[in-house]
Amino acid sequence: MPLPGSQPGVLRDAFEVLTLQAGYNTNAVLAGSAMLGLAAGVVGVLALLRKRSLVADAIGHATLPGVVLAFLVAVALGGTGRSLPVLLLGAAASGVASVGCIFAILRFTRLREDAAIGIVLGVFFGVGVVLLSVVQDPVNTGGASPAGLHHFIYGQTAAMRAGDAMLMAALAVIAIIAVLVFFKELSLGSFNPDFARVQGYPIGALDAVVLGLVVLVTVAGLQAVGLILVISLLVIPPVTARLCTARLLHLMLIAGVVGVSTGFLGAAVSAVLPRTPAGSVIVLCGGAVFVMSLLVAPKHGAIATAGRRLVQRLRIAGDHFLEAAYDHRVTRRGQTAIPTRTVDAMQKLWGWPAWMRVLVLGRLRRRGLVRVTATGLELTEAGIANGARIARNHKLWEQYLLQYADIAPGHVDWSPDMVEHVLSPQLVAALEAALAEDPEVSP
Amino acid sequence: MTVAYQRKPVLWDVDYDAPARSLVAIVGPNGAGKSTLIKASLGLVPRATGLVEFWGEPFRCVRDRVAYVPQRESVDWTFPVSALDVVCMGRYRRIGWCRPVGRAHRNAAMACLERVGMADLARRQISQLSGGQQQRVFLARALAQEADLYIMDEPFAGVDAATERAIVALLSELRDAGKTALVVHHDLQTVPEYFDQALLLNMRVVASGPVDQVFTQENLQKTYGGKLTLLSEAAEAIARSDMRVR
Repeated sequence: MPLPGSQPGVLRDAFEVLTLQAGYNTNAVLAGSAMLGLAAGVVGVLALLRKRSLVADAIGHATLPGVVLAFLVAVALGGTGRSLPVLLLGAAASGVASVGCIFAILRFTRLREDAAIGIVLGVFFGVGVVLLSVVQDPVNTGGASPAGLHHFIYGQTAAMRAGDAMLMAALAVIAIIAVLVFFKELSLGSFNPDFARVQGYPIGALDAVVLGLVVLVTVAGLQAVGLILVISLLVIPPVTARLCTARLLHLMLIAGVVGVSTGFLGAAVSAVLPRTPAGSVIVLCGGAVFVMSLLVAPKHGAIATAGRRLVQRLRIAGDHFLEAAYDHRVTRRGQTAIPTRTVDAMQKLWGWPAWMRVLVLGRLRRRGLVRVTATGLELTEAGIANGARIARNHKLWEQYLLQYADIAPGHVDWSPDMVEHVLSPQLVAALEAALAEDPEVSP
Repeated sequence: MTVAYQRKPVLWDVDYDAPARSLVAIVGPNGAGKSTLIKASLGLVPRATGLVEFWGEPFRCVRDRVAYVPQRESVDWTFPVSALDVVCMGRYRRIGWCRPVGRAHRNAAMACLERVGMADLARRQISQLSGGQQQRVFLARALAQEADLYIMDEPFAGVDAATERAIVALLSELRDAGKTALVVHHDLQTVPEYFDQALLLNMRVVASGPVDQVFTQENLQKTYGGKLTLLSEAAEAIARSDMRVR
């Protein structure tokens, strides 16, 4: 069986979808998913900072009984029960009720938030599943068909219409305006609620704004990604953005961009590949972006961290080399040449792999600290000065430990080999002052 | 004033009037209710009984004249804001709702950071500050409020020597400017040096007044001596029963 990607025309399909030429309905799905991603990304930042992301999960699961009850009520009142606004209204109502239950549990018991969320999430979802099985029996619904209600669990993005896309766009605009207007207050309330309360800010109302937005996004996302996965729309973009920035405004921006692009991309992929549920694909796109930024994020990414560590390691190894070469020069009375044989011995002593030797010596050469000669290497003037400084720092710290080790016994195991690389000029001056009378290290 | 958590009273019959224009240390062992006293005064925890007045008025009328410095551990320092952003929070009431932080307010916040010796770290993300620097950011935020009364919860806890000196200098600056400071403090030795007044607390007021009169061997014994005093035994008993605390 050929892979989906190898089918003829997939590339053309993909091009058409991505350039919005795949027809009105597909465009509506793309636009709707992108706008939902935007709204969820921005609101998700608020929820994450207020440490309410898991409440969003409870809200998502708690919408199920609301949907089914709304269906039953609508049927009882003589409708078909298929009106989307009615069902979503029910979802919102039970979502809000679940938040109320969580806070009631926190207020009246000694349970912590995670436990309260677990209870409410499970019980509401359980009630929803039971109700869902009840409405499967036509006797209970007076013959009205509940077909499609189960789509709220996993979502059915393809059912999105232009009107839904407009709704998502409106929601995104509301979320962005709310965030911009209350930016100061929301950030203060999340960072330091006690301080905000003392200042007279209505923390309860600010929390209600945040949770209200979370409920809106959750309910809006039910149709597209379903109640189980909607939490990931709210969580993944903000945490991805958090890896890339430490500034609140940028966090909002990046989370919004991640939300839009994963929403669009996920919907596009599922439009091109047959029988792939868009909701899950959107979430998977978000997950992929998250993993990618774990790797490539500018400061905290794995690659940046590994790079920083490597540079640090090379610097320290280079320092060791300069120090040894300097000592070598001292014992040889000003001989600046270091024969290849000696370099080999040093490499063996420190256990450098071959690549390490290449990188370390290359780095020293580029910095003009050593140069290559016919018989090996040679310290330059700058190299000699550097080696002298490192050797001196080493001695200073050693002397300091010898004299004052009893003052800070916990720090004695900081070997001179480690400390000599981090001594700042101020620290060196302080050490010199402390050891002024010691003849061995006096300049 | 009496305060109870989950029916267990932690402060009983506290009756204290802090003199204006002085530095007051609130001193007592762990669990004496020092932080609770502050939080209950500011309305952060409900009071079972009692009345708290600031300059003869209820707290909500004089919020702008009171600056609160919470315990450093009470917030999440990985929050994505800079030191300057946190200090600007002290100006939010002046700026008002729904308005961005203007240049004038930003400069005022910067000046406060300078007063605590943190101007060159203003742009640093707060998680990259040391504990003492974080504490100084909190102090700068309180300064930015330009209040008359400064209520500080353990500002000296776990700070380096430089920060301790900065706080002490700041306190005497505040005193010289005619302000009042109520400071929860745990280092008995430095109380006479740093403060004018002391409030010895152990679930109730043991003693209060000028430091040289209050800091007697007998009072300190009463405050710290015997962890399980009659009072806390009684509190345990009440917690076990279903009695309401009044």
